[in-house]
Amino acid sequence: MSVNEEETISLIVDGASFEVSLEAEMPLLWVLRDELGILGPKYGCGIAQCGACTVLIDGDAVRSCQVAAGDVWGPVTTIAALGLDGADHPLQTAWIKHQVAQCGYCQSGQILQAAALLEKDTSPTDSAIDAAMSSNLCRCGTYPRIRAAIHDAARSLRES
Amino acid sequence: MSKKSTTTRRSFLVGSAAVAGGVAFGIYAIARPAANPLLEGLAEDEAAITPFVKVASGGITLIVPRADSGQGIMSMQAHLIAEELDVDPQKVKLDPGQPHAAYVNTLIAANGLPFHPLDDGIVPKTVREMMATVARLSGAQFTGGSSSVADLQEKLRYAGAVARETLKLAASSQTGVPVKQLKTEDGSVVLPDGTSIPYTNLATQAARMDPVTDVKLRPPAEWRRLGKPFLRTDIVPKSTGTQTYGIDVTLPDMLFATVRANPGRGGGLGPYDASVAKTMRGVKGIVEVNDGLAVIADNTWRAFQAAEALEVDWPAPDYPATSAEMWKVLEAAHVSENRDSRLRDDGDVDQVMSEADIFAAEYRVPYLAHAPLEPLNATVLVTNQDVAIWTATQVPVSIKDAAVEITGVAGDAVTVHALPAGGSFGRRLDHDYVIQAIEIAKRFPGRPIKTIWSREEDFTHDFPRPLHLCRARGSVADGKVVAFDLDTISPSLGDSWFSRVFVVPPGPDTFLVWGAYDQPYEIPNYRVSGYKAPKLVPIGSWRSPGACSNAFFHESFLSELINVAGADQLEERLRLTKDPISRGVLEAIAEMSNWSGTDIGPGRGRGVAFCHSHHVPVAEVIDVTLTENGIRIDEVWIAADCGLVFDPVNAEAQLTGAAVWGLGHAMNCELTYENYAPVQTNFHAFEGMRLHQTPRFHTSLLEKSEKICGLGEPATAPAAPALANAIFAATGIRMREMPFNKHVDFA
Ligand code: FES
Ligand code: FES
Repeated sequence: MSVNEEETISLIVDGASFEVSLEAEMPLLWVLRDELGILGPKYGCGIAQCGACTVLIDGDAVRSCQVAAGDVWGPVTTIAALGLDGADHPLQTAWIKHQVAQCGYCQSGQILQAAALLEKDTSPTDSAIDAAMSSNLCRCGTYPRIRAAIHDAARSLRES
Repeated sequence: MSKKSTTTRRSFLVGSAAVAGGVAFGIYAIARPAANPLLEGLAEDEAAITPFVKVASGGITLIVPRADSGQGIMSMQAHLIAEELDVDPQKVKLDPGQPHAAYVNTLIAANGLPFHPLDDGIVPKTVREMMATVARLSGAQFTGGSSSVADLQEKLRYAGAVARETLKLAASSQTGVPVKQLKTEDGSVVLPDGTSIPYTNLATQAARMDPVTDVKLRPPAEWRRLGKPFLRTDIVPKSTGTQTYGIDVTLPDMLFATVRANPGRGGGLGPYDASVAKTMRGVKGIVEVNDGLAVIADNTWRAFQAAEALEVDWPAPDYPATSAEMWKVLEAAHVSENRDSRLRDDGDVDQVMSEADIFAAEYRVPYLAHAPLEPLNATVLVTNQDVAIWTATQVPVSIKDAAVEITGVAGDAVTVHALPAGGSFGRRLDHDYVIQAIEIAKRFPGRPIKTIWSREEDFTHDFPRPLHLCRARGSVADGKVVAFDLDTISPSLGDSWFSRVFVVPPGPDTFLVWGAYDQPYEIPNYRVSGYKAPKLVPIGSWRSPGACSNAFFHESFLSELINVAGADQLEERLRLTKDPISRGVLEAIAEMSNWSGTDIGPGRGRGVAFCHSHHVPVAEVIDVTLTENGIRIDEVWIAADCGLVFDPVNAEAQLTGAAVWGLGHAMNCELTYENYAPVQTNFHAFEGMRLHQTPRFHTSLLEKSEKICGLGEPATAPAAPALANAIFAATGIRMREMPFNKHVDFA
C-alpha cells in the first residue's frame, strides 16, 4: 500500500540538516512538529485555508500542511530562524511595536507570509498587502495592526 | 510563630481581599475565607503574602488565574498587581496557578440575573451579592462574560498593595528604618539614603510577618503603569514563535491521539470496524470514548489518517436531522406556554398597537461555530496516584472535577497546567475535549498522551451559538417610535451550557433576551419577551452570547421603525435614551463619524447601531460602498464606555477584534445541519473576515462610566446590525437573516 511506503528524506530546516525515515506523503507540517519538534508552524485547518502552518521554502511562503515531505524542494525556514538573534527581524520588531498579536496562534504564519512579500516588494501598497495576506486567517481579527506593522517593517527595511 | 497560626492569619487576607473587591458576605460560613493555596510546600526563603503574590529568594511570581485566550487578560492581571507592588511585569514569573477557591469569579453568575444592568436598586443588588456567594461556594473559577477585569481589578491591586506594605515592614524590621520613610520601586524597597533592597532579599523576613492588610489603593492620578500604553507580557513570545500553546506541549515518551465522535452530537457509538485503522502505520491503539472512538498513534497525522479509516455506523442523536426541521421547531415554539420571560414591559404595547398601523418583521440568525484557530487539544498523564493535565481552558475547576470522576484519584492529586489558548471565543467554557483526553490517557497509564482534534472534528463537535428567531412588531406616530414589541425564540443556552459545567440556575434564561430587554431606550410602549424552544443541538456561549443575536434583532428592527417614522437614525436613538453614559456614547459616535444621516452619496451607505452589553454601552457607525465585486466595508467607528481604561493599546485591539468577529460572521458564516451534522467542516466554508475585507477603524473610549469593565465582547453585538443598516442605506435591501451573503455579495 503506497500510504505506508517508507523513504529516507533529507531536509534542511532553519539551517540544520535532518534525515527522517517516514511515509513520503506525510505533510511537512507534521514532520516538523511531531518528528523534529519544530513547533513554530501551527496546525489550523490542514487544507490550505488558514495559513497557520506557513513556512518558507527557498524563500517562498508555502502551506506546510500541503507539501508532502518527499516533495520539499529546498531549504525550509520557520519562524524560529527568522528571529534567531532575539526578535530583531524588522517584521518582528514591528509586530512587537504595534502589539499585533492577540491569541498569537496565527502570527508565525502571518509574519512568514509578510516576510515573503517584503522579500519581493519593499514598498508594498495596501492592495499588494491585501493580495499577499488575504489567505492568512486571523480569528482574533488583528488585521488592522498586521497592515500597519507590514508598512512599518517595510519602511525600516528600506531605511536600513 | 507556628506554621498553623501563620496559615490562619494569612488566610484571613483573602477574606479581606474579597471585601475590598466589593463582595461582603453575611454569615460566617460563607465569609470564612478560602485558604491561601500558595502556603502549601513553601520553603524557608519563600513568602506567599497573598494568594496572588509569591516572593522567594530566587524570584517573584504573580498568580494570574484568569485564562488568556488572546484578550490579554494574563498581562492585565500582572499589571494590576504590579501597579501596587512596584515590579516590572516583564521581569517576574507569571503563573496561572491551580484551580482553587481563592480564585473564584464572583461576578460572572451575577451577570446572568434578570435585572436591568442599570438598575442598582436594593433587590438587584442583594440578589447579585447572593449570586456572588453561590459562585464562591461552588468554586466557579470561570473566565468569561468579559468579567475578569471587573471581578479582579480591585482584588489584584489590593493584593499588590498588601504585598508591598508587608515587604516594607520586613525591610523596616531588618534595617530599623521606619516604614514611613521607605519607598518601593522596580522590585525593591528603597531606603532614604538611596540603598535598594530587592524584594527577593526580604522573602525570608516577610514570611515571618503578618501581612499588612490596612492599605490604601493608589488613586488613578498616581498610577505608575495603568492607564498608559504598555507592552503586553505575551507580545514578544507571540511575535517570535516561541509561545507554547497546548498543542505544542511535548513530554518524554508522549503519544498522539485524535478522536472521531458521532457527528450527531450525543448519538453515542454504534457498531464499528477498526480492522483497517488498527493495522495502519504508527497506530498504538483504538479505544472507545464518550460518543465515539479515539486513535492513539506515534504521530498526529498518522492518528488522523487512521481515524478517517474507521468505519462506524453512527446512531442518530435525539434532535432533528436538518436545519429546515429545526427552524420549524422554533416557529412552532412561538406560543404563549413557552414564554420564559418578559423582562421589559413598559407602557401598553397591545393597546397602542390595536389603534395604530403595525409594522412587523421577522429575523433569523443561524448556528455559528467558535473555531478558535488552535484546534482543541489536551495532554494528559495518568498514573496510579495522580493526573496531570496540560490544556487551555476557561473552566479549570470543571476539569479537575472531571479528572477525579474519571480516574478516581483525589482532587489534590490533579494538576491542571493552564496554557494560553490559541483563541476560544467561548468554546473553552466547555471541557468535552479534556474529558476525552483524560479517558484516553487513563487507558495508557504512565504515558503522556496529547489528544488533538482535527479541524473537521472541531466544526462537527462544536457547541455552536444557537439558531435564534425573532418576531417583532411596532408602530410610529408623529415621526417617532411609539411602540416596540420584540419576541425572541431559541433553545435555551443557559439550560444547555450550565447543565454541562455548573448548575442550571433558577429563573428565566436571560441569554434568550440579553442585548434586547436591557437596552437603555425609553420607548413609551416597549416589550421584550423570550420564548424557550425545545432543546435541539447542544449549544454554547459564543462571544457575547445572547447579545450577539439579540442586538441584531433589536437594532435592525429599531432602524426599520425609525425609517418608517422618517426620523434620523442617530437623533431618534438619542431622543429615546436617557441614561447619560449611553447618551455620551451616542453623542461621541455622531461627532467622530461626522454624522449627518445615512445617505453618504451614490452607491454608498451608512449605518449605526448601539448595544449595551456586559455593562458597556457601545455604538458603531459603518460606511459601505457598492463596488463591482460586491459590498466593501470602508470605515468603522466605535465609541464605548467601559469606565477607566487600564490598557489603552489592548483596549483598542479588543474593540476592533470584536467588531471584525461580529462583521465577518454576519457576512459569510453559518452552520447548516444535514443528516444531524454541520455541512461546514472547515474554513473553506466558514471564512469570516479576511485581511482584504478589513475596513479602517476609528475608536474612542469615553471613561465616564463608574463601572470598570472588560472589553472582550461588547463591541461584537452592534457590528452586525450596523452593517445591515449600512447595506440598507446603500442598496435598499434589508438584511433580515444572517449570513448576509445569502442576499448580497461582498468584495
Ligand atoms: S494548517 Fe495549513 S493552511 Fe491551515
Ligand atoms: S491572533 Fe489569534 S488567530 Fe490571529
